[in-house]
Amino acid sequence: MIHRHTLARLAAELRARKLSSVELARAYLERIQASQPLLNAFISITAEQALAAASAADAALARGEGGALTGVPIGHKDLFCTAGVRTTCGSRMLENFVSPYDATVVSRLRASGAVMLGKLNMDEFAMGSSNETSYFGPVRNPWNTDLVPGGSSGGSAAAVCARLLPGATATDTGGSIRQPAALCGITGIKPTYGRVSRYGMIAFASSLDQGGVVTASAEDAALMLREMAGFDPRDSTSVDTPVPDYVAGLDAPLEGLKIGLLKEFFDAGLDPDNERCIREALAVFTRLGAKVREVSLPNISLSVPAYYVVAPAECSSNLARYDGVRFGHRCKEPRDLTDLYKRSRSEGFGAEVKRRIMTGTYVLSAGYYDAYYLKAQRVRQLIAADFQRAFAEVDVLMGPATPTAAFAIGAKTADPITMYLNDIYTISANLAGVPAMSVPCGFAQGLPVGLQMIGPHFAEQRLLHAAHRYQLETDWHLRIPERFA
Amino acid sequence: MALTRAQVENIAHLARLELDPAEIPAFQDKLSRIVDFIGELDRADTAGVAPMAHPLPGLAQRLRPDAVTEADAHPLYQQNAPQVAAGLYLVPKVIE
Repeated sequence: MIHRHTLARLAAELRARKLSSVELARAYLERIQASQPLLNAFISITAEQALAAASAADAALARGEGGALTGVPIGHKDLFCTAGVRTTCGSRMLENFVSPYDATVVSRLRASGAVMLGKLNMDEFAMGSSNETSYFGPVRNPWNTDLVPGGSSGGSAAAVCARLLPGATATDTGGSIRQPAALCGITGIKPTYGRVSRYGMIAFASSLDQGGVVTASAEDAALMLREMAGFDPRDSTSVDTPVPDYVAGLDAPLEGLKIGLLKEFFDAGLDPDNERCIREALAVFTRLGAKVREVSLPNISLSVPAYYVVAPAECSSNLARYDGVRFGHRCKEPRDLTDLYKRSRSEGFGAEVKRRIMTGTYVLSAGYYDAYYLKAQRVRQLIAADFQRAFAEVDVLMGPATPTAAFAIGAKTADPITMYLNDIYTISANLAGVPAMSVPCGFAQGLPVGLQMIGPHFAEQRLLHAAHRYQLETDWHLRIPERFA
Repeated sequence: MALTRAQVENIAHLARLELDPAEIPAFQDKLSRIVDFIGELDRADTAGVAPMAHPLPGLAQRLRPDAVTEADAHPLYQQNAPQVAAGLYLVPKVIE
């Protein structure tokens, strides 16, 4: 029963000493162990360290000490480095990699008192939209285990959906928080580029990557994000802007909020059942006093092709560090240095990662740089300008997070473009660096649907506020798949 | 645009990847579809538009003072290295 509590409620009950952290960690660890053969949401389960941290949390709470999350169990996507616990990034390349330091996100959440129960499964190097590219096997959707949970933060989303954890960290380069949150029926937020430190967050595409959270509710997301976000001198892309208290003001009325309905997102690819859920959600906002009008972002259809130039280009550069010399997989008996590089990388990386590295290498190669990379960065500017114009007129943009509900494992692996188009509604926010969320807003044939909200730079609070008010009116975010209820 | 087998082999070499000859046709097919797909960017009119240099308008990468801030921890870092000796990373001989 405890697993049905929200993260905010668990934190409050721990503080009031109605719950013990050890008891809570044990209860969740039991659920995690039991779910593992079915869902495969975890790559590493750190029971021993978790129980030690939980017992320290109980001692701190007994002394009347502790932070906002003291004793609360969480999990980290396995691309956040954790000192002493392996960090695999879902890849054979890092199967045995033990980071010598903690990611800033990890150390901040620990400083707030959160207890890590394990490291969550993900698409290899966060490249995927279905969690099928993980070296450690696919994650399954708790609503129907024949289906994908979405990706790349599929383990994080499945774990929160099945209430194996009240909250987890995740990352979003092209939709990797929002798309799995939508497909699993949970709440996920990708903050503004630069809002959350990327120190110790294994790099994929440096001009797009951003860390965030997946939780059951917007209030939980506000609480966890408040503890994680903020300036970090160790990340050169971290922005030195104060972090507001995202939790304060969540209950304020929504009266007068100007919502822009993203016209281009209601296209032929949008499943009619998903569209019905989104329109019903907008009706709730209208009842709450928001004003809804249609807004057009004319260049947004170029988002996916622009992304598949920029992201692979940056990935091919970032992943050049895996050379079999300093860390990571190394092939046996290399003939010479080139052979060492080539075989270590070929054995260490899976097919999708290789395709992205090769796409990136191609678009950056001599004679193609202007036609692809520079062109894509120009298109990105057009898309960012579309957002800027839209936010001069409205406070929040809304639309679907995904074209359809969760799909079958194996259904989209044959054609990379079919898989890439899953992120058609999420990618533009990364290209423009703006914050965006997915919030559960109904069911299409028994599967959850996500409403996407996009705000201007640093408007996380506005998104969380709108999402929280919506969740006070609806109970979609409280639905749990029957076998995990 | 269909990529030739030779092009795919050259890209793999530049990326320091060794493809199994049997896998090359599949890479050729999928990479050709990706190249076609990103070719859609051609239809965008970007005349006079500067390439984006940073996702947040007006911001650039920060520089830090050129000061030593980290302690030397190379024995710790080398715990992840596949092969080290006397504090050095070992690689196959490069000079004959």
